[in-house]
Amino acid sequence: MSFRYTLAGRLLRDPLAVLGLSIIVLLVLSALFADHLSPHAYAELNIANRFASPSLEHWLGTDNLGRDTLSRVLQGGRIALLVGILSVVIAGGIGLLLGTLAGFGPRWLDNTILFLFDTMRAYPTIILALALATLMPRGLSTVIIVVVLTSFSEYGRVARTQTQSLREHEFIAAERALGASSIRIILRHILPNILGPFFILVAINLPVVITIEAGMSFLGVGVPPGTPSWGSTLKDGFDHIRTTPWLILGGGIPLILVTIGFTFLGEALRDVLDPKLRGER
Amino acid sequence: MGLYFLQRFALALSILFIAVSALYAIMVMLPGDPTSVLLGPRATEEMRANYALQMGLNDPVIVQILNFWGRIINGDLGQDVLRNRPVSEPVLQALPYTAALIAAAIIWSATLGILLGALSAAKRNTAFDRITGILSVAFIAAPSFVVALWSLLVFAVLLRWFPAIGAGEPGNLPDQLYHLILPGFAIGLSWVGYIARIVRASMLEVMSENHIRTASAFGIPRYRIIYIYALRVAVLPAVTVLGVGVGGLLSSAVFAEIVFARPGIGKLIYESVTSRNYPVVMGCMLVSIGFFLTCTLIADFINALLDPRLRSKK
Repeated sequence: MSFRYTLAGRLLRDPLAVLGLSIIVLLVLSALFADHLSPHAYAELNIANRFASPSLEHWLGTDNLGRDTLSRVLQGGRIALLVGILSVVIAGGIGLLLGTLAGFGPRWLDNTILFLFDTMRAYPTIILALALATLMPRGLSTVIIVVVLTSFSEYGRVARTQTQSLREHEFIAAERALGASSIRIILRHILPNILGPFFILVAINLPVVITIEAGMSFLGVGVPPGTPSWGSTLKDGFDHIRTTPWLILGGGIPLILVTIGFTFLGEALRDVLDPKLRGER
Repeated sequence: MGLYFLQRFALALSILFIAVSALYAIMVMLPGDPTSVLLGPRATEEMRANYALQMGLNDPVIVQILNFWGRIINGDLGQDVLRNRPVSEPVLQALPYTAALIAAAIIWSATLGILLGALSAAKRNTAFDRITGILSVAFIAAPSFVVALWSLLVFAVLLRWFPAIGAGEPGNLPDQLYHLILPGFAIGLSWVGYIARIVRASMLEVMSENHIRTASAFGIPRYRIIYIYALRVAVLPAVTVLGVGVGGLLSSAVFAEIVFARPGIGKLIYESVTSRNYPVVMGCMLVSIGFFLTCTLIADFINALLDPRLRSKK
């Protein structure tokens, strides 16, 4: 209880952490209430009024089909958050499982899993996304699979290193001497101690994931056509860059804000939770 | 030293083998007849059978994979059946463009990043240091493809300072460099932030070490200590990080090449994906994974040269 209080208290004393948190809260709220906040329906066409510049009616102008850019950007936040949270949870889960297994298990298992991590890291993310996109149907599940495939090894690495350093501690030996099973040791002692560094990685990784979704949608291998995503807004803007600058600005600003928000939060978390990690990366 | 490097080399080779084989297996085993995807619904049975024969699609997966590697060892990346040319032809044409783009990004971002990092460490806790710190995070936070789009919009479309498309006239070096500026800027920007932060952190660490204290006790001027003695050591971690970071730069290059309509591996793989040209996709994957692994090997090697402890560590 008191630990939580200190954590929140220390986070709130860091102005950059407060800035990051405010951006994230704003993003989450605008995604949750996108339907109520959007001035127009995101799919509403108005061909007569295409490429409109910002006005009171359309704050961020309209796109090549006369759809309201602000409404689409708000809805795009939902896609970004959905993909971000789902893939981080899945990738984090797989990474945590494999990482603790590698760190706690016998040597051969450790080597095998480490080799798997090394192999997965060798795929350049966007290039793998493009290659897999030829084979899988276009859609959110493909985006999530690609992101999970390219990011679980990073979580696994952190979980493995943490587990390895923890298993040498005396309290683990004591627990074992008292007759505790390996499963009990992992669940009760290893896992809770891994979570700190793990959440730092989540905060740093979330914007990366969101950027991959936007990038895939920009390349036309992400969300299905017609779905509002920051990446597809950027793609529309790129296709019509000589007609209107507003689509590229409208699709890019939220992406940069999200990254700044989570990066500031991640750095502040790192300073508070694990000062040893400072300066790494 | 030799043994350590041999081990790393063997590991990299096996990673390359497994990573590319796995992708090949997925490609072959996934449902859907690649011949009908490639040749279109109107292809005759005969055309399909002929194509399947050419691609070796009738063999078991293991045989196909082994055949694939057998060809690679002989320097044959396979046959681009769709355009009837060897896969190595477009890949070798594209590779220098991507390599030049990545090199340009590394050169400018390392120069500026090291400068900013060193100045920040020297002027620790001043306004300059804080502004550089916040700027670094902002640079890191800006996704490279958004930077590419925005710089295209501002510098090429609105201001018309730089060309919007292409890689410049072949053989005309100044023109090619001119075309390299915007895409190189776009994919290098976040690395300015990374490198500035790494150099600053390691500078501060180095500055507290004994040999620096000894140097100042000998009365060597402060600027000489900072910019010559300390910086020489402090730059090293940045070099290592950059070596591994080439994987990320490869991904960024895909966007830069598409946004600025530049030839390159990224553009090639994108076009091959859209036309479902599997052999070229596989060739590009092989080359990019190999490129990435080579860069990590070089980073490992530099690391081992500088830090003998790493040789025995796993």
